[in-house]
Amino acid sequence: MKTNSTATAAWKTFTASVLTIAASIFVGPALISGSAHAGDKSVELLNVSYDPTRELWRDLNAAFIQKYQKEQGTQILSIKQSHGGSSSQARAVIDGLDADVVTLALWPDTDAIRKAGLISEGWEKRFPNNSLPYVSTIVFVVRKGNPNGIKDWPDLIKPGIEIVTPNPKTSGNGKLSFLAAWGSVIQRGGSEQEASDFVTKLYQHTPVLDSGARGATTTFAQKKIGDVHLTWENEARLEIAEAGGELELIFPPVSILAEPPVAVVDANVKRKGTREVAEAYLNFLYTDAGQEIIAKHFYRPTNAEVLKRHADIFPAIKLFPISTVAKDWDEAQRRFFAEGKIFDSIYKP
Amino acid sequence: MIDVNRRVLPGFRLSLGYTVFYLSLLVLIPLAACFLKATSLTLDQFWATVWTPRARAAYGLTFGASMAAAVIDVVFGVVVAWVLVRYQFPFRRIFDALIDLPLALPTAVAGLVYSSLYVKSGWIGRFLVPLGIQASYSRLAIVLVLTFIGLPFVVRTLQPVLENLELEFEEAAACLGATRGQTFWRVILPALSPAIITGFALAFARALGEYGSVVFVSGNMPFKTEIAPVLIVARLEEFAYGEATAIAVVLLLMSFTMLILINLLERWSKSNVA
Repeated sequence: MKTNSTATAAWKTFTASVLTIAASIFVGPALISGSAHAGDKSVELLNVSYDPTRELWRDLNAAFIQKYQKEQGTQILSIKQSHGGSSSQARAVIDGLDADVVTLALWPDTDAIRKAGLISEGWEKRFPNNSLPYVSTIVFVVRKGNPNGIKDWPDLIKPGIEIVTPNPKTSGNGKLSFLAAWGSVIQRGGSEQEASDFVTKLYQHTPVLDSGARGATTTFAQKKIGDVHLTWENEARLEIAEAGGELELIFPPVSILAEPPVAVVDANVKRKGTREVAEAYLNFLYTDAGQEIIAKHFYRPTNAEVLKRHADIFPAIKLFPISTVAKDWDEAQRRFFAEGKIFDSIYKP
Repeated sequence: MIDVNRRVLPGFRLSLGYTVFYLSLLVLIPLAACFLKATSLTLDQFWATVWTPRARAAYGLTFGASMAAAVIDVVFGVVVAWVLVRYQFPFRRIFDALIDLPLALPTAVAGLVYSSLYVKSGWIGRFLVPLGIQASYSRLAIVLVLTFIGLPFVVRTLQPVLENLELEFEEAAACLGATRGQTFWRVILPALSPAIITGFALAFARALGEYGSVVFVSGNMPFKTEIAPVLIVARLEEFAYGEATAIAVVLLLMSFTMLILINLLERWSKSNVA
């Protein structure tokens, strides 16, 4: 009898503790997010971006917050940044990361969030220039003095050259490098077959496929593997600044136009009531002040005047759009990088 | 009156309830979700995803390298545990503490450090590469890091057993005229074997799922140095959740089978000793 009653008591304690745990799991976040928009005077934005844009957004945020608070008077604004691999960031937003705006590396990543229903149709048209405040490209980084005389894409497959580039299957930088190489052939009037032969040779010259952009930078700059590193223009600038004269930047005559779009996450701003400030934030990128900061961080401003003002750091190389190699990004993904397609066919046992 | 049924933990039902709740929340539900997600594919799609030549090469490498690493861990783990338990020497406690380091270190750091040591300009690589030994961006590199992260499991399983192993048995064996080799093979090893098998299983299981360190040292070349977890990440990058979990399910099933086999082996070796 006695044991029975202790068991019942124990069971009650157990149920109570389970309820407490469950309550703290499910109710806790609601309380926290509830308190966030309790006070009207403070607003918080979350900008979900990709890896190498940390410093860019830190500067942009500071400038925007100052401007916004001056215009709005009493309102207190803070902007949080989240960085990581572009696709993983998109997945996090799809899975519930409370982003007000997304500023990812590649169109398919932003569009995946639209497919999940969090961003409305036609998002590319909601900000100027197809929602592109800046563009970028893929350039070459070589060792001091450019000992192998690498100037252009065909030089990459000269005998003995080793190329460092991340895996296109796991990295946005890798995808862009692949498409840049493919497009460099097509753009100059080469056939699909010639393009395919070129990239096949290119990847035969690649001793390592790192899983992401930063890994590839470490492999090339720190571990001194390879003769040439294919990377984002802004990453290349950082890498060279870091290397203290050991590396040089080479601009190939043609390369791909990388277009990292920005978007407001409609579902989230609607719920949080932050649409207005989120839109003001992204529009700020197109102002002269915003474009200047963008140029300072080596992303190519889309405002022609600002770009011209910085012609010394952005030599005019011919940038071809994704449409040179495929109808759009979806098709590029299906045709080049999907399981068993062109990239996979380069590696056969 | 003393209640003989009294246990330190309160009530069987409470403890069991908590155990089931905890296991469900942290293990069973996530694993079930994994299987559920994989069912979003038809059987044909599932098969087409998980049994490509490239995926098979990756499974082979993942299991092969994990197995090799676990074997190396056992050999060196026994020696390390033996030395730490049986001998007194300066800084013994520091060495002992060092054993756990691989568990505390983010494995990506281990991967980075290993690969920079073994590249041709690295401290060790500059001697090995001229001899034709590529110990970074190769299969050897994968085995090396997996050995590194698996070692604590073997050492820590063996240490308590060695501590309890009475010296008298060895003395008795010696008195009966056994050579040192005979003492080791017939007296010490049988007593250690259940712990060795457990340590092996732990190191092996740990290696199977390892991702962080391997992506940094392996070079991720398809058919050569690409491990199965890299394939999963590649599919996730394409937002192909179904396909990614399909590969995960295959890995899960394979490792579960392996662990069951090892468990049976462990039970068999225990009953043999007894």
